[in-house]
Amino acid sequence: MAKQVQQLDRVIIRFAGDSGDGMQLTGDRFTQESAAFGNDLVTFPNFPAEIRAPQGTLPGVSSFQVHFADHDILTAGDAPDVLVAMNPAALKANLADMKPGTAIIVDSHDFNARNLTKAGYEANPLEDGSLAEYVVTVLDLTGMTVEGVKEFGLSRKDAARAKNMFALGLLSWMYGRPTETTIAFLEKRFAKVADIRDANIKAFKTGWNFGETTEAFMVQYEVKPAPMSAGTYRNIAGNLALAYGLVAGGVASGLPIFLGTYPITPASDVLHELSKHKRFGITTFQAEDEIAGVGAALGAAFSGSLGITSTSGPGIALKSETIGLAVMTELPLIIIDVQRGGPSTGLPTKTEQADLLQAMFGRNGEAPVPIIAPQSPGDCFDAAVEATRIAVTYRTPVMLLSDGYLANGSEPWRIPELSELPRIEPNFATEHNHETRSKPDKDGVVSVASDFWPYLRDEETLARPWAIPGTPGLEHRIGGLEKGNGHGNISYDPANHDFMVRTRQAKVDRIADSLPPLEVDDPSAIDGAGARVLVLGWGSTYGPIGAACRRVRKAGGSVAQVHLRHLNPFPKDLGDILKRYDAVMIPEMNLGQLSLLIRAKYLVDVVGYNQVNGMPLKAAELAEAISDLISTTTGDLDAARPSDTSKEPVK
Amino acid sequence: MTTPTIGTADLPFPGLAGVPTNDGPQNRKEYTSDQEVRWCPGCGDYAVLSAVQSFLPELGLRRENIVFISGIGCSSRFPYYLDTYGMHSIHGRAPAIATGIATAREDLSVWVVTGDGDALSIGGNHLIHAKRRNVNLKILLFNNRIYGLTKGQYSPTSEPGKVTKSTPVGSVDFPFNPVSLALGAEATFVARTIDSDRKHLTQVLSAAAAHRGTALVEIYQNCPIFNDGAFDAINNPDTKADAIIPLNQGEPITFGVDGSKGIVRAAGGGVEVVDTADVAPETLLVHDAQNPDPTTAFALSRLTDAGILHQSPIGIFRQVERPTYDDQARAQIKTASEGLDDPMAALANLINGGDTWTIL
Repeated sequence: MAKQVQQLDRVIIRFAGDSGDGMQLTGDRFTQESAAFGNDLVTFPNFPAEIRAPQGTLPGVSSFQVHFADHDILTAGDAPDVLVAMNPAALKANLADMKPGTAIIVDSHDFNARNLTKAGYEANPLEDGSLAEYVVTVLDLTGMTVEGVKEFGLSRKDAARAKNMFALGLLSWMYGRPTETTIAFLEKRFAKVADIRDANIKAFKTGWNFGETTEAFMVQYEVKPAPMSAGTYRNIAGNLALAYGLVAGGVASGLPIFLGTYPITPASDVLHELSKHKRFGITTFQAEDEIAGVGAALGAAFSGSLGITSTSGPGIALKSETIGLAVMTELPLIIIDVQRGGPSTGLPTKTEQADLLQAMFGRNGEAPVPIIAPQSPGDCFDAAVEATRIAVTYRTPVMLLSDGYLANGSEPWRIPELSELPRIEPNFATEHNHETRSKPDKDGVVSVASDFWPYLRDEETLARPWAIPGTPGLEHRIGGLEKGNGHGNISYDPANHDFMVRTRQAKVDRIADSLPPLEVDDPSAIDGAGARVLVLGWGSTYGPIGAACRRVRKAGGSVAQVHLRHLNPFPKDLGDILKRYDAVMIPEMNLGQLSLLIRAKYLVDVVGYNQVNGMPLKAAELAEAISDLISTTTGDLDAARPSDTSKEPVK
Repeated sequence: MTTPTIGTADLPFPGLAGVPTNDGPQNRKEYTSDQEVRWCPGCGDYAVLSAVQSFLPELGLRRENIVFISGIGCSSRFPYYLDTYGMHSIHGRAPAIATGIATAREDLSVWVVTGDGDALSIGGNHLIHAKRRNVNLKILLFNNRIYGLTKGQYSPTSEPGKVTKSTPVGSVDFPFNPVSLALGAEATFVARTIDSDRKHLTQVLSAAAAHRGTALVEIYQNCPIFNDGAFDAINNPDTKADAIIPLNQGEPITFGVDGSKGIVRAAGGGVEVVDTADVAPETLLVHDAQNPDPTTAFALSRLTDAGILHQSPIGIFRQVERPTYDDQARAQIKTASEGLDDPMAALANLINGGDTWTIL
């Protein structure tokens, strides 16, 4: 039977099931197929903190959303076009995000009294008409899977576990995805268990064939590859890109990497990944606690390694004292905070940006630490290299603020040419840097003795020399007590303390001299007066803010966008840029932490747009807020509004 | 009584392998920094510093390859007074920082200087984990059974009932026995010595330096300001013979005036003190620090009073071989990186791995 093929410019699919149903794997495979096909894409995995929450319940629902398109896109999408629900709880937990007219594919197998009750349904939604406004396809995915793989003689439980591959096969048919990568993946993944391997491949193919032959689906959809600039691409998640960036920082600086860390969601993948790459001289030390992780990294830094520690917000709280010691000893150290919902244990698997002020101020005393943030999963690579540059060049701890959305989300990444990597020079001290002249003796002869002063600074960067153990003649002692300027011995002198406090701050401020000018994105300034409203952001909100600005512009509004990579120090041109606009909005997944810093430093009365629900910002809602601000600012209350659609406009 | 001999002649473990040696002789002056020592007059720390400054030249290592890391407390000022590399870090964290150094650099001799509060209270976690990992660190634990730098609160080794500024009617804490703790934490080298016995102190330090792995050396150290006399029993000529139980490898454990007391196995599984006149000589416990089973070493550690000190074994309790964390970690890296002559090309391979596609 010939099926109709319909062209679409983008699709958002959400796979949802029990946390043991393999939804993350299903979504990830669909993503890899789409990446191999050449679509632009953004993904959003969303899962509970419990490894196996009670089966069939709402807290146990795990989902993976993938947005793929024939053009450049910025977010995983506000609302799905297609929901694949593997059980009643998955349907119930995700229905609120579905707009009328969207498609829902349901595995009916678990829609029995027991599971309906567990999900909190009083009546079966597949039968009571409550889904009337959606295009619902009810299939016994589990039953068909078990039937399809019976030749392998698996237990019913094992056979049913392949249902996610059946679903993947069906969706792969529906959207014309290439299947080779998934089959190759399954062959490798289950290489040691032949029957499981064969059952999964069979289920995947059976799902595909079912789509092709069933009359339940008469339309196949096509989303063409997206035009991308020349280069080699791969799909990459933020934590993987971050780990690769750290490896690159080690190679670019020629320093052995020492990662001292402690497992914590959502940062542990950085440890897992780096532990695979000992080949690059990388030591990964899983410490007894967060404090030991950063302590060992600082010790390794003292002895000449690129010291790194990785954690999430609660871990930063524990590491603060050691970060203060790194400030005082002025040693290179990279501190990675993959932010999650807080305070305290908070929402371990959800995203948030509420550690900015902790990164900025979370230490005793005046303890300035440079802060940088990646803006997309692939950008985590560049951010890690930049953190290395700053840490090594300025002999300072550097805080890198990723978050749960960047960590687990993925996007196509143009693999960088390594000739683009900056050269990072450790410039270890090897010689005396100071001379002491004696008073003239009775014959008027002045003797000169050379020695090593660990706190004599580079005039340009204010960095102190990095003299590592094993270097003869440079033996010295450092520590947490205040240092005398230059010689570095303990000093309690009031004037010296004041000077050293100001010098440590000045050193961090000097980093701004090395930063490129900010990029202001404002199409209306190219051939017009330009926007009067600026949206300023940082970190993972780059995608939603960019998508929101596109919506506003498509509706005829003018808005400028600036996104900060460097949060401490701010780029030197930020103040001038802020003053060019009548209104500045700062969207953040916190209660206004960047807003506070911008207000304090530049006395600009910024407008906050704040959401702290553990989820990425929604572009459509943000676009509304930006339009409101434009109306208020320009006095044009009838200004064009973005249309109410969940679709992300083309740039 | 005579100073115990502990025998460093044929130490089996090359604790300093990989650390470059010095060409010529060294002296204590070379190891003495230009900083003024600022401990209280009469502090036991002076004696330990002096012993270490004299002992380090004997190791014959290159001075620039020696690193001292300390935490916070009176004794933690130690690194400032040695002209080696050093870090006076933060409270309790010295073993963690030193673990990073020792793991990253095979060519360094790494020492930790800590006190009873620093190591056993705020830093207890790092201390026990360093021991179980067996990182090649030498930990000198100065035990004065009091908080000195904060001016006289009870410490985790103070005796029950101790009256201090923070316990005006007596402490209700039960103390740690640092040697028992170390043995329970799987330490491969555990010893105890005394600040006032320079010869024994130096011998123990030599044995610790020779040990490959974590060496925990508890040093009884008198605080003349806040806990003076805590170790009177072992320092007083009238009582020391009965107070010090010397542990000498391969010798029956006897002490007291003219060896009048000895140690035998007790019915309950531990050990006990007897009058040597009352037992056959062959029943006396022969000390064996190299016994792989730590049970007897632990039993010996229990002879130390938890309360006011009246008697305590002094010497090496345990000295066994076990692969070190840092050697194994470095070996994994060495194996993995064999043949890696172009890191940039390897990096290009790494980031180009996985499913890729090319846009022309």
